[in-house]
Amino acid sequence: MATQKLQTQGLPRVVFASSVGTLIEWYDFYLFGSLASIISLQFFPKGNPTAALLSTLAAFAAGFVVRPFGAVFFGRLGDLVGRKYTFLVTLSLMGGATFLIGLVPSYETIGFLAPAIVVSLRLLQGLALGGEYGGATTYVGEHSPVGKRGFYTSWIQTTATVGLLVSLLVIQGVKGSMSEQDFADWGWRIPFLLSIFLLMISIYIRVRMEESPLFKKLKDEGKISTNPLKESFGNKKNLKYVLLALLGATMGQGVIWYTGQFYALRFIRSQGMEFTQTNNVVLIALVFATPFFIVFGALSDKIGRKWIMALGMFLGIMTYFPIYKKMHGVIDTSNKVKIEASSSESTGSMVEDNTRYDVTTANNQYTDGTKAKIVTKINLETGEETVKRTINLGDNAFWWLVVLIFIQVIYVTMVYGPIAAFLIELFPTKIRYTSMSLPYHIGNGVFGGLVPLISTALVVFATQRGDDDAYLAGLWYPIGVAAVCLVISVFYINHRSYQMAED
Amino acid sequence: MEFVEVIKRILGVGWIALGLYIGYDRIIDSYAKITSGGLSDQIFGWILLLVLNPIIVFSLVVFGYFAVIGEYAKD
Repeated sequence: MATQKLQTQGLPRVVFASSVGTLIEWYDFYLFGSLASIISLQFFPKGNPTAALLSTLAAFAAGFVVRPFGAVFFGRLGDLVGRKYTFLVTLSLMGGATFLIGLVPSYETIGFLAPAIVVSLRLLQGLALGGEYGGATTYVGEHSPVGKRGFYTSWIQTTATVGLLVSLLVIQGVKGSMSEQDFADWGWRIPFLLSIFLLMISIYIRVRMEESPLFKKLKDEGKISTNPLKESFGNKKNLKYVLLALLGATMGQGVIWYTGQFYALRFIRSQGMEFTQTNNVVLIALVFATPFFIVFGALSDKIGRKWIMALGMFLGIMTYFPIYKKMHGVIDTSNKVKIEASSSESTGSMVEDNTRYDVTTANNQYTDGTKAKIVTKINLETGEETVKRTINLGDNAFWWLVVLIFIQVIYVTMVYGPIAAFLIELFPTKIRYTSMSLPYHIGNGVFGGLVPLISTALVVFATQRGDDDAYLAGLWYPIGVAAVCLVISVFYINHRSYQMAED
Repeated sequence: MEFVEVIKRILGVGWIALGLYIGYDRIIDSYAKITSGGLSDQIFGWILLLVLNPIIVFSLVVFGYFAVIGEYAKD
């Protein structure tokens, strides 16, 4: 009892130190994704922007694909030598790799070495992230008292969203302080370089922390695992829980998480919404929704983890189509009434890469306050027409979008808030770091991380087939994965509060 | 045996079948992408074939097997 009281009293410090480090890791990781379109022009062969963008997306996916390897490597290390040492290593690796991305010369300067270095650093980021999350949640969970584990670990759960939020804020801040061209040329490097300061602060905080009490006790008693990998995945008794965690929880959580935040962001950008306004929509929705991670984490201590996570998945499955249809409708200017007196159109011609184009630029204003710049270019040699829209939404439409993304982030908080406590309680201390890290990073990293890539491909195929509402086709992937996960969750996860073996 | 336990075991067969079907379908799909000639399609195809596919097939088939033999029965 006295020990528990002591642990609880020091818990805010433990939670803060763990959360700050994890937040910085996510910040580092998301910078790359948020700046993908700019980075692609810097590091991948110019001439074909789509190929360049896809190359970056592939690197983005590589960052996610490599995460499970980081989970296994650092998870094993964490179960062998301790949580504290391991997540200091992952933090340094992540911060160092992010800082170095900001220093890599462009493709124009050093040729193919540039993308090779960037992809290598990206892989290092993925490895580090694979080790970080399991360490931080295990560390906090092993300090937390029974009945409060959902609440305390939910602070770690906020860090992924807050990391995305901070990355968007820093990008907005840097972008706002210089011209568009300067940002594209060199300004994008600043958020990466800033990472070194964040790294130093975080290491300073973490280095002063004590080892997890449960791990320390095991170590003192000489009961730590000698082969965490074998015990985690080579033992049927534990493997069945690893599979249950993946298929009944993290897989669905991953796709709901990425759809509600990343895919939503990409979706509204693909509809032609202006860059800064798009970021603002997501920022506001994230700010209002983030406290709900704590709400649902704490609620899971009272009513159990399973049904909160299942409800989040169920709501996503049932409402993604109407939500995305509405998002499309809110942005689509063909639904709006144009004010002819305030709109203008000009035509001209231009030469780009030795090709002549006819260019029509329309500056339209609509009755709901929306403004749209529509540039139509016709290649005079091939007759190919390309249309680029830059849409600035009026207030009403803007807030509609905020609400629609807020709803999706609420689903994210339902599936993600309680999941750390759920995973921690599923596995014994001596192999906890290894056992929970792998299903988490396969679910979140692989199934979730591939949402943008697979969903974008589904939209392209549907468009090529000439499907009606092809823009919605990308939702089939997250809905399908979440549906399988929901069924497994409902039938196979016992509706009892899992407790640690030591409880 | 409880009704839910029976359902869990029957569904287990479904998970094995789903894993095998997705595996087969992904191999066909990935092969088409890898041989399409486009670099982005090739990368995408290899990711599906070497990363996503083995994870889906292994996890669903083994999970289904465990469900069939009653490993997920209430302890």
